[in-house]
Amino acid sequence: MASNEEILAGLAEIVNEETGLAPEAVELDKSFTDDLDIDSISMMTIVVNAEEKFGVRIPDEEVKNLKTVGDAVTFISGAQA
Amino acid sequence: MARKVVITGLGATTPIGGDVPTMWANALIGVSGAHTLTADWVAKYDLPVHFAAKASTPATEILSRVEAKRLDPSSQFAVVAAREAWKDSGITEVDHDRLAVAFATGIGGVWTLLDAWDTLREKGPRRVLPMTVPMLMPNGAAAAVSLDLGARAGAHTPVSACASGTEALHLGLELIRSGKADVVMAGGAEAAIHPLPMASFSSMQALSRRNDDPEHASRPYDRDRDGFVMGEGAGALVLEAEEHALARGAHIYGELAGTSVTADAYHITAPDPEGLGATRALKAALFDARAQNTDVVHVNAHATSTPVGDKPEYTALKAALGSHVDNVAVSATKSQTGHLLGASGAVEAVMTVLAVYNRKAPVTINLENQDPEIPLDVVTTARDLPAGDIVALSNSFGFGGHNAVIVVRSTN
Repeated sequence: MASNEEILAGLAEIVNEETGLAPEAVELDKSFTDDLDIDSISMMTIVVNAEEKFGVRIPDEEVKNLKTVGDAVTFISGAQA
Repeated sequence: MARKVVITGLGATTPIGGDVPTMWANALIGVSGAHTLTADWVAKYDLPVHFAAKASTPATEILSRVEAKRLDPSSQFAVVAAREAWKDSGITEVDHDRLAVAFATGIGGVWTLLDAWDTLREKGPRRVLPMTVPMLMPNGAAAAVSLDLGARAGAHTPVSACASGTEALHLGLELIRSGKADVVMAGGAEAAIHPLPMASFSSMQALSRRNDDPEHASRPYDRDRDGFVMGEGAGALVLEAEEHALARGAHIYGELAGTSVTADAYHITAPDPEGLGATRALKAALFDARAQNTDVVHVNAHATSTPVGDKPEYTALKAALGSHVDNVAVSATKSQTGHLLGASGAVEAVMTVLAVYNRKAPVTINLENQDPEIPLDVVTTARDLPAGDIVALSNSFGFGGHNAVIVVRSTN
């Protein structure tokens, strides 16, 4: 079980890998599309990599609800519980 | 009168140099890009061939990590070569609606395709990344180059196996002549040093088995040639309408004076032993360039080093050039670079342009005992080409019976 801090750090690493964005730019209140400029294909790549990293399943219909990094951390944390 | 098309920029990433100056310097010395492969898959799959000519500078050392991640290795090479050619052209302003791309590949995104297939089988469909198809599609390289340059007059992908790169130049010439574009980034890219193509070409007995001596394996025209050597990389040329180039005071390497593409309709892999399709291509390209056979001083031959392939090309050259064939300096640069498949025509076009521009024919290495049935005048040490107006040819032939020829004329 990863803590929320660990999930955030892991997500930041995945986002950095996919987009080159500095990990510290990936903050809880940041919107994936509006703030981090992540397109839908990159978002799906991040989702697939997050599933693998955290051992969770993020259903496709859930992805559109993950507007901010915080949303993703909360979802992953809940899915791990 | 058709629009004249000139070459104003060159780019290449090859087994004998990661850029044009390095490649050309090596091409005049004569070096081999073929080496024993260190990848674990060679032993894992017990491949019969243990060597290849890998690009001397990995594209991942040049592109950013994020750029590289979204491109198949073949498209990575394409972007590297196209950027070099674009910079070399010195173009600073261009009407992007009049800028086209013609970037070929023989095989396309084979690494991406088969890596994703492994992922699907081992981890299931959820783990197959969304970029898989845009990365594996054969037009991936042309699309990547188009995006990189903002080329909006069409991004085309000629696919004709090992003739693809030369066919891209043919298409580029046509796009400018027909008025559809003023500038074309033309080239070819390939990254197929992967166990599957290696296994397939081996089964076909097309690859050299000289595992104990890779540097001497690619030996076009030699009596003891036993197959080609897999290569990888890309070549890129900026083609430009002459008036466009003159208007901006561009540096001009030479004229792409004529091209031709024909098909054998003889056999899916074997060349027509009489070289009839190749002969037609040679004659048509010379006609297209309004050149006489006696104008030709240099040929960059297709010459892959296979027992069956090298001779029909000679037959075709003899048929097209007549007795003048004896006066032509022939270079088989695959002896150095290996066979870059769909990129080979583009890389060899770069070599041909440089040969005409610098009046210097590059070296054919590993010719120890010339096949008596192929009595061409093969260049084995860099040789001066004549002053004055000269013409050179570059040939490419591909599985499927594809024949493509370009004619380069001096402008300096």
